[in-house]
Amino acid sequence: MAALYNLTAHELSAMLSRQEISARELTESVIARIEAVEPKVRAYLTPTHDLARQQAAEVDERRARGDSLSPLAGIPLALKDILCTRGIRTTCASKILHNFVPPYDATVVSRLREAGAVCMGKVNLDEFAMGSSTENSAFGPSGNPWDVERVPGGSSGGSSAAVAAGEAIIAIGTDTGGSIRQPASFCGIVGLKPTYGRVSRYGLVAYASSLDQAGPMTRTVLDAAMVMNVISGKDPRDSTSVDLPVPDFTQACRPDVHGVRIGVPKEFFAQGVDTAVAQCVREAIETLCELGATAEECSLPSIEYCLAAYYIIAPAEASSNLARYDGVKYGHRSREWAGHIGLMEKTRAEGFGAEVKQRIMIGTYALSAGYYDAFYKRAQQVRTLIRRDFDRAFSQYDVLLTPTAPTTAFRIGEKADDPLAMKLADVCTLPANMAGIPGLSLPCGFIEGLPVGLQIYGKPYDEETLLRVAYTYEQATDWHTRRPAL
Amino acid sequence: MKLSLEEIRKVALLSRLELEEAELERQTKNINDLLARFEALQALDVTGIEPTSHSIPLFNVMREDETTPSLSREETLSNAPEQLDGYFIVPRIVEGI
Repeated sequence: MAALYNLTAHELSAMLSRQEISARELTESVIARIEAVEPKVRAYLTPTHDLARQQAAEVDERRARGDSLSPLAGIPLALKDILCTRGIRTTCASKILHNFVPPYDATVVSRLREAGAVCMGKVNLDEFAMGSSTENSAFGPSGNPWDVERVPGGSSGGSSAAVAAGEAIIAIGTDTGGSIRQPASFCGIVGLKPTYGRVSRYGLVAYASSLDQAGPMTRTVLDAAMVMNVISGKDPRDSTSVDLPVPDFTQACRPDVHGVRIGVPKEFFAQGVDTAVAQCVREAIETLCELGATAEECSLPSIEYCLAAYYIIAPAEASSNLARYDGVKYGHRSREWAGHIGLMEKTRAEGFGAEVKQRIMIGTYALSAGYYDAFYKRAQQVRTLIRRDFDRAFSQYDVLLTPTAPTTAFRIGEKADDPLAMKLADVCTLPANMAGIPGLSLPCGFIEGLPVGLQIYGKPYDEETLLRVAYTYEQATDWHTRRPAL
Repeated sequence: MKLSLEEIRKVALLSRLELEEAELERQTKNINDLLARFEALQALDVTGIEPTSHSIPLFNVMREDETTPSLSREETLSNAPEQLDGYFIVPRIVEGI
């Protein structure tokens, strides 16, 4: 039998409920795996193995008593270190929060805790989720389990690396411009950014509030659906969470794409997309057509302005959100300063990394007097145009299929000195956040041993169709069964 | 559009970031590289297009004015870099008192 740490959440959930294995055994298997591969992968910033053992024992006790348990009870979980965890350090991979211990749980975290998921620890990210490789982490980059010299993607790179390496069975990531989907693509796993408002943002440390969303990162589509069942739904503590019924997402996981209309937006196959990546994605579309879907090329003309508009809106919101780090209420405080402005300037200069500083300054500039109309307002108008493009496309198609990222995982350091090149790599994923629509990435091939991601875009709140199309493709292929040799 | 070193210095002050000269120069280059990408936006005709601030409609949310459990003073102060007698300590802002 395969090692427990290599199985999927739905397989393990069935084994746990039949009492073939205990949650403690499963947790020990994952802890042993972490101890074996963590020196190479470096996914975890704060491991919580004692807590994991305690939570697993509680699940076993509850099962022995005959309590009715969630399908996630006993499943080992990694949390991106931007979700507040009561009593567990939450750093956002920033020096400015190196000592921050939240007094409360994010809603996503409390829902997973209540479901009995076993918290293995907090995992790496680009500082404040700003980046595409984990190289912006103040605590150093994680390694991609498929080639540890390469990046795992970002910003949720610790989450994708942990799941791909068997250091967790499921993980939570967050996605402001592709930060769940691109690392899922780079590490050969499934990543789902839900529709904006589907999942509560309470306790998710804010980067760009109108774009941020948390979601599952898992080995299979069904696992992602299981996590969605637990984390979705209205939260009185987040006024932007939407009061819609939460379906049983696992019911959407059935192999059936008959009559599904696929749009293939040509802008996502343009310059800059690796031809071998585009080929993998086109073959995936052919596979879905053989299974009963229809596909045709379409166009989203405003997409060419998306990158520029995003890099105004996201930094503008960041400059406002990150104003709270002032050295007074929590986090780092400089030792030497003069006056209250000096305290803030010194504290923030010492606490933030270069990329975060750059985005704060761009946002401050874009919002400053005299430039607001030229930058921020115009970017928001472009956002309207992008949303209209998607509305038009979804009047004709059920889903849109694109590459998740233009390339496979790049080498650590390869783009580190060229922040612009790094940002250009987000071009396929940014539109989902700008329009608020759901997007899912799942593996659709390998190029020279590195995974390639297929991205599926869907209508707002129609995660079910995304999951059904993804599940159908997954069941017809075997990419998701491969595991990296570490 | 290109920002000068002096303009970046001003933006850094507004951002409450004390940057050393070498970092100011590096940031000036990186920010200008990105600003160059924004130029395409200026050419776009957006006359009459409503701006979108959120992808979903937002409403004010009202609730009954009822007391619910919240963080204790001790928990609220638990991460404070400096505190005294249940207060956050900040630098003196008003002189002469």
